[in-house]
Amino acid sequence: MTLILLILVPILAAAAILLGAPVRRTANGAAWLNLLLTLGAVSGYHTSQGGFQEQFRFAVLPEWHLQFFLGVDGLSLVMLLLTAIVTVAALWVAPEVRGNERAYFASLLFISAGAMGAFASLDLFFFYAFHELALIPTFLLIGIWGTGDRQSAAWKITVYLAIGSFILLLGLLGLYLSFPVGQRTFDITVLQQQAQLINPGSRNAIYLALLIGFGILISLFPFHTWAPSAYASAPTPAAMLHAGVLKKFGLYGLLRVALPLLPGPAQHYAGLLLLLLVGNIIYCGLATIGQKRLDLMLGYSSVMHMGYIFLGIVSLNVIGATGAALLMFAHGLSIAALFAVAGQVRERTGTLTFTELGGLARPMPVLGFAFGLAAFASIGLPGFANFPSEVMVFFGAFHNGTANPYSHYQIAVALALWGLVISAVYMLRGYRAVFQGEIQERWAKLEDITTLRWPLVLLLAMLLLAGFFPQLFVNLIKPVVAQFLR
Amino acid sequence: MIAPAILEVGVLVIGIFLLIYESFAEDREKSFVAGMGIAGLAVVFIASFFASNTPMVTGHATGWLQFYTADAFALFFKRFALLTTIIVLIISLEYRDVVRRYIFGAHSEAGIGEFYTIPVFTCAGLMWMASAVDFVMIFVSLELVTISFYILVAYMRRSANSLEAGVKYLVLGALSTGFFVYGVTWIFGLTGTTNLAQAALAMRGLGTAQGPLLFGFMLILMGLGFKVAAVPFQFWVPDVYQGAPTPITAFLSVGSKAAGFIVLIRVVETFLSVPALHDKVVAILSAVAAMTLIYGNLAAMPQNNLKRLLAYSSIAHAGYLLIAIASLDAARSAAAIAFYLAGYLAMTLLSFLIIVVVANATGSDDISNFNGLGKRSPGLAFAMLTAMLSLAGVPLTIGFFGKFFVFAAAIEQGHYALAVIGVVTVGAGFYYYLKVVRAMYWLDPSGDTAIPVAPVTRFTIIALCAMIFFFGVYPAPILQTLTVAPASDVNLAAASR
Repeated sequence: MTLILLILVPILAAAAILLGAPVRRTANGAAWLNLLLTLGAVSGYHTSQGGFQEQFRFAVLPEWHLQFFLGVDGLSLVMLLLTAIVTVAALWVAPEVRGNERAYFASLLFISAGAMGAFASLDLFFFYAFHELALIPTFLLIGIWGTGDRQSAAWKITVYLAIGSFILLLGLLGLYLSFPVGQRTFDITVLQQQAQLINPGSRNAIYLALLIGFGILISLFPFHTWAPSAYASAPTPAAMLHAGVLKKFGLYGLLRVALPLLPGPAQHYAGLLLLLLVGNIIYCGLATIGQKRLDLMLGYSSVMHMGYIFLGIVSLNVIGATGAALLMFAHGLSIAALFAVAGQVRERTGTLTFTELGGLARPMPVLGFAFGLAAFASIGLPGFANFPSEVMVFFGAFHNGTANPYSHYQIAVALALWGLVISAVYMLRGYRAVFQGEIQERWAKLEDITTLRWPLVLLLAMLLLAGFFPQLFVNLIKPVVAQFLR
Repeated sequence: MIAPAILEVGVLVIGIFLLIYESFAEDREKSFVAGMGIAGLAVVFIASFFASNTPMVTGHATGWLQFYTADAFALFFKRFALLTTIIVLIISLEYRDVVRRYIFGAHSEAGIGEFYTIPVFTCAGLMWMASAVDFVMIFVSLELVTISFYILVAYMRRSANSLEAGVKYLVLGALSTGFFVYGVTWIFGLTGTTNLAQAALAMRGLGTAQGPLLFGFMLILMGLGFKVAAVPFQFWVPDVYQGAPTPITAFLSVGSKAAGFIVLIRVVETFLSVPALHDKVVAILSAVAAMTLIYGNLAAMPQNNLKRLLAYSSIAHAGYLLIAIASLDAARSAAAIAFYLAGYLAMTLLSFLIIVVVANATGSDDISNFNGLGKRSPGLAFAMLTAMLSLAGVPLTIGFFGKFFVFAAAIEQGHYALAVIGVVTVGAGFYYYLKVVRAMYWLDPSGDTAIPVAPVTRFTIIALCAMIFFFGVYPAPILQTLTVAPASDVNLAAASR
């Protein structure tokens, strides 16, 4: 029942807001309620028992074996927790809205509901459908309340993601149809037990369709061009939710669907994926260094960091995949915090161009401090959740290559390690350009954040918690991953 | 149980009664005619659920049964025609003032009554078409539909656009009918029968003499391609859709297309059951589907007039349906077509209804007239958003399930190229449907006052929205009405293949 509520609460809150309920109170109330429900689900999960718990089924198309089927295991719980936390923070930091405030908050809640539904679904159809639910609110949020070149950004993200998700749909349909007649089902739990029944001839094609479909949604190089401009133009809460949570859907899909069902092709195409993810880390990393605006820099950095998560997934062993899942959580929190700070800066100064800013830590020490912490987390400094997860990712990927030294895995890891340097370069440069150095006269009187520090505290505290006690999360994730990886 | 043919007869009786009533009630409020029409059709609609569902036609049927079947598909499309006509009449009620403006007449009601009555006859034709399993029957019902459309499209006599549309529809419609009949004569000449099931048997007996059969098939496909707006027989669509009275555009777009597809299913199944023709027929249909998808979706992108946009969108949707026609070998393909059309009914009629309401208030049906509708009339804008999302194929709307079933059929049959073309064109679809959403929500309104909506219209809008969302999450009820296989005679033939 908890899972149904997780999806229904934001949808009902959105409907209530559209029909005239007090806007902020309803939205924040729904977000907090969802966070409490998620914490309840996490604490109610029996780790010793494992498997999918809290199951809820409703047959939608019996002859297709298509059902509305919810359930959680450790992996999905971590993602639900991420969704709940980022939703609370995103709704909290939402600035004064010009125009239709109701539609704004309803759209945000719909994005959150879509993410919740996707992560809680155990049926391929609804897993897919819930993610798409978030597409239109994103289009509206960027198009109506975005900044800069918002119109072209909104079109780009929408058309790109629409095509990506329909390619994904072809892959999922191919997966469904590659089972012999009578064994076909959209039920992920059953599919995982019957993975050996998939028609061997079509495995590679299906995996490629899934990889490209998910890859477009995750902004895998070279399908990443929609992401930076969209995140730069999106209103702050939308960027937080999309970069922090929604983009993880594709990675979650790879872990949940592609790897367990198609281990052979995953091995087969590992080289290709390694090549592309190095493109993410090095090419997009260098592009990040070249950015002249904070919002674009953060957009590119979120594209770049996807490379590490791919590296963990492609490592195809327990430690790497666990690291990837934990990094999804960590990256979601850190990028949300960074976008939140950037949003505050834009709110106060009206610009995020590096040359116009500088020295902002003097009038706004708290904001500067928060940005510093989030930047450190993003770079992967010890103490933050990103550090243990990246360590696991690197160890896992490197380990995969130990059988034959200087394999493509090890070369990829060696290249990816340079990504840490690249991250440090652009994050510290960004920090210096915005918060340190000479301050312009007109910024001297800016007010620091007051109550809005609390959502940042929430995000950073979670990052520190998972950084100091990663085992809390590893205990949840590892059994899931270990089930389908050696 | 009611004999299914009673339904059509009932509709005809309603039509004749309305025509007589209308001519004796000269000065009365003519909306009453539409009201009676709607009520009468609603009664027939309800009665259709008590009609006996008898897939009785075999390859050797005689008499009346040679022409007429009442399988689950036929009943489904009869209900489809009834529902479409009811909603078209509701749209016509909203459209009354525009029709009046473009008609000569001594008094304020002149010419309105017929505008509400002729669609009832069209409906009867559509219902017959749903049951037709013989080329003669198909031709006669097709003509009943087409001739009533000739009148309706050109109905607004003083509007140059409507007349232009009427002439184009008349000339090209007559031409396509000619092709259809010519094709039928080829098939008849080769097989000696006009009954589809018997023709299938006879064609298999012809062995390898496939050239003339394929020629006949191509000619018939031209005739039907005109009806369903398939490329390259789509040239009439944009001008006719834009020029015709909006309710009639909606009727053409939904009713005429659906009837074309039910006939296409039956005819194509007949030809597919002939082993010697099978692969070539599939290849022809795949080519037509691919062209239709690409042309419809790409040509829709630059449109600024909403009726014209929906005209191209109607071509595009014909493309998705043709994917399923090319995949008819898949067990669930025919059901996919029926389901897709049911979704298409809801979302297309909803958009046309809103177009009429908005055009009444703002004066034209350009997309720019929808600017800022989200601020002006949030309810109407939300309904239009629903229709556009469903047309684009966003999950949890009925339009998505339609595409889902179609793509499933295509992949099952190994039509990967068609599926990929379909997917890429969906991206184009997102662009042009969201153009309307953009106008409604991103841009500033031209006026501040909310647009008034009549109670009947409001109820219809809500019902159609509910249909889009309900069946978008739970499509089983529609599929259950289709569980009996279509065109059982042809299936029998296929079984003995």
